[in-house]
Amino acid sequence: MPKTEAEQAAAAAAPAEPRPGVRELAVRYGFIAITVALFVFFAVTEETFRQPSTLFSMLKFASVVAVVGLGVTLTMVVGGLDLSVGAVAGMAVTISAMTMVIYAQVGGVAIALVLLAGALIGAVNALLIVVLRIPDLLATLATMFVVMGLKLVPVDGQSVSSGMVLRDGSVAPGRFTPDFLAIDRAFVGPIPLPVLIVGLISVATWFFLNRTRWGRLMYAVGANPEASRLAGVRVGRYRALAYVLSGVFAAIGGLILSARIGQGDISAGNSLLLDAVAVALVGTSVLGMGRPNAWGTILGAVLVGILITGLTIAGFPYYGQDVVKGIVLLLALLFSFTLSRRRSRYTPAAVI
Amino acid sequence: MVATVELHDVRHAFGGNPVLRGVSIGWDAGEVLALMGANGAGKSTLIKVLAGVHPLQHGRISVGGTPLSAADGPLAARRLGIETVHQRIDEGVVPGLSVAENLLFERIAQSELPAVGSLRRLLPAAREVAAGLGLDWSDATLRRDIHELGIADQQLVLLARALSRRPRLLVLDEPTSALSAAETDRLFGVVDDMRRSGVAVLYVSHRIGEIDRLADRIAVLRDGSIRSEQAKPFDWPAAVRDMLGERGAQELVEIHDRRGDEDVLQLRGAQLFPGSAPFDLTLRRGEVTGVVGLLGAGKSELALGVFGAQPFAAGTMRLAGEPYAPASPADAVAREVYLVPEDRAAQAMLPGWSIARTASLPFLRALSPRGVLRRGKERADGRAVVERFDVVASSETQPVDALSGGNQQKVVVGRWLRGQPRVMVLDEPFRGIDIGARHDLSHRLRELAAEGSAVLVLASDVDEVLEVADRVVVLVEGVPRLDARSVDVTRDRIVAQMAALTRAEPHGEGVA
Repeated sequence: MPKTEAEQAAAAAAPAEPRPGVRELAVRYGFIAITVALFVFFAVTEETFRQPSTLFSMLKFASVVAVVGLGVTLTMVVGGLDLSVGAVAGMAVTISAMTMVIYAQVGGVAIALVLLAGALIGAVNALLIVVLRIPDLLATLATMFVVMGLKLVPVDGQSVSSGMVLRDGSVAPGRFTPDFLAIDRAFVGPIPLPVLIVGLISVATWFFLNRTRWGRLMYAVGANPEASRLAGVRVGRYRALAYVLSGVFAAIGGLILSARIGQGDISAGNSLLLDAVAVALVGTSVLGMGRPNAWGTILGAVLVGILITGLTIAGFPYYGQDVVKGIVLLLALLFSFTLSRRRSRYTPAAVI
Repeated sequence: MVATVELHDVRHAFGGNPVLRGVSIGWDAGEVLALMGANGAGKSTLIKVLAGVHPLQHGRISVGGTPLSAADGPLAARRLGIETVHQRIDEGVVPGLSVAENLLFERIAQSELPAVGSLRRLLPAAREVAAGLGLDWSDATLRRDIHELGIADQQLVLLARALSRRPRLLVLDEPTSALSAAETDRLFGVVDDMRRSGVAVLYVSHRIGEIDRLADRIAVLRDGSIRSEQAKPFDWPAAVRDMLGERGAQELVEIHDRRGDEDVLQLRGAQLFPGSAPFDLTLRRGEVTGVVGLLGAGKSELALGVFGAQPFAAGTMRLAGEPYAPASPADAVAREVYLVPEDRAAQAMLPGWSIARTASLPFLRALSPRGVLRRGKERADGRAVVERFDVVASSETQPVDALSGGNQQKVVVGRWLRGQPRVMVLDEPFRGIDIGARHDLSHRLRELAAEGSAVLVLASDVDEVLEVADRVVVLVEGVPRLDARSVDVTRDRIVAQMAALTRAEPHGEGVA
């Protein structure tokens, strides 16, 4: 409809014209700016931080949280949340240790078993949520407890390490094989292998979510399951897929963790859940997208990595780390909920 | 105190889009002002500004000389005596609470009534509120969960609640869209009472018949400002012209009579509700079948059943001669049976999704032969929907929820029409869209049938159905009561059939 000049002038004079300025920029680039600023700050003030090896060890540190966080991101994309990821990663540590140390298998067998177990737990979550209709948070909370407890049974609640004495009095025959340990400890050129692995997984996840039909349909299911169903989307399948993938990603995180520790530490993975959920939530605010996405999650993991590494080098006590993570998460939530004009489209309360 | 309502140069913008461009109008206590306007004219925004949902950005609103303050939101409006019954019922009722608690909700929320205590103590007050609207509801009804009531009764709860606060300005936004004829009459009675007792009423509706019956004055809103005002007797052609702008008033309804040539979808022994009588129904290629029925007559059950979204209580179907038993909408889509569901926002739109993405969702497989999306093709397809359906949008990347209701509807209808559907089902496709968009859409559906689809349109408005259908089926309590060619029936006969059985007590809807 053609507008008269007077109308246009009136429109221009309307008082609530938005200022596409500071706020929008802050929401969009605030998080990236903070990450870069922190990096620069630490690089200037701390000499050790400047060395490339520190950079890579920082990325290596972030890789486990990043890959587990990507799994959580997938479940957030379909409008859910997987609380069992930490437990699955911990289970991966125990299973890989048992396979190699107690049953004296090679690393490849351990890897296969762990990935299978991760997919299996994911499938159980999918069954509970999709078929038996238990709300996501509650179903995965239950799985979390079951998995955490179950992994203790075959090892009598003990950590598994090479040379340990078994129940029948014999000494465990196997050990962590070098090929398995290489998962965390090898380098490709200057790049640590886990950083490379997680880097590739990140790219693949981004491509899957943003460039393929399946990723698009997962976003659709998360945005409005009923509208998706009535558009002919098989909603259950995509929710199931997200949980299976989340289980596998958590298992991969557990494998890296296991290779890093070099023994079947029973408490491994315990803190991963909160970290992974936190970075995935931080990720929703990156670029002001307001929805879970792969890059955001990776950036969140890197940001937390920079902070923790930098603060540690600066002499900040380790027990203060959680406070820092909490503040980062809070900042991210401020960006996506308070400052953003576009309200965040991910609110976990919606899944309860 | 006399409640004279004054709006002066009220403007409102969302982001960069000015929606209200200076609305100035006033009306007196005891006067019913009807506000008309096409979709996107700014009616909803104006109502929300009046209700304090959107803070007043510019201009002045006063009731009885007291200005509305921009701060405080809905409470400020309420203090001025402005009560609003919004079109969307779920913006008003509180799920999980009883009917009684919903009737008294504001008084409970503001601690005028105890928040803790047995429901029994609230019943007398709740009964009183209901009686204010002439509703004689039993304690059993008042104790039920609000969602057990049908949509029409939920609407009445909201209305009763608004009246109980003795408003000075009562704003009714499309109040009859969910009501049956009897309930509509009751509402008209209430509005007449309001007029007599000196309440100013703002009545927003698309339905000319209602406005003619109720309004003392009409105002036409277009492009965010008042284009014309009229006192009785109204010149309707002029009002419609003002509403639609240059597009002009459309021709009068012509009745269509195209006979279908081939049976496409056959229902055998279908039961829409457990215990309702089974019936057969056949949809034919090349024909628009209109199903008309009141709320709860089983229209949505029929639509969802054909689409595989919700099974019939009993019955079988055949599609083009083959057995057809869709277990999910995906099965139906694979067989080229499509549905435009009743509730656009809840059932067809994805928050924040662009036109192109919304349009491509049902057909992503064709856009991604090996799983990888062809995004250029997707945008081109989206653009095609925008162009073919004259969607008013800046581009195909604009979010659908930023469009006006009529344009949203064009997108969610248009997305299905890239090929030739076998069966196209539309549940209340004309709800909340203006007359121009309605004519457009009817025209499209007629074309679609002419090109070889079987089209099924379900609506509660007889005129809407008569405008588009070759054949009219009247659904009452889950059973077709009349099935005739449109040319052979009259509006009165249809209405008589629809109204043959009306329930007195509130009744669950069973709508998905």
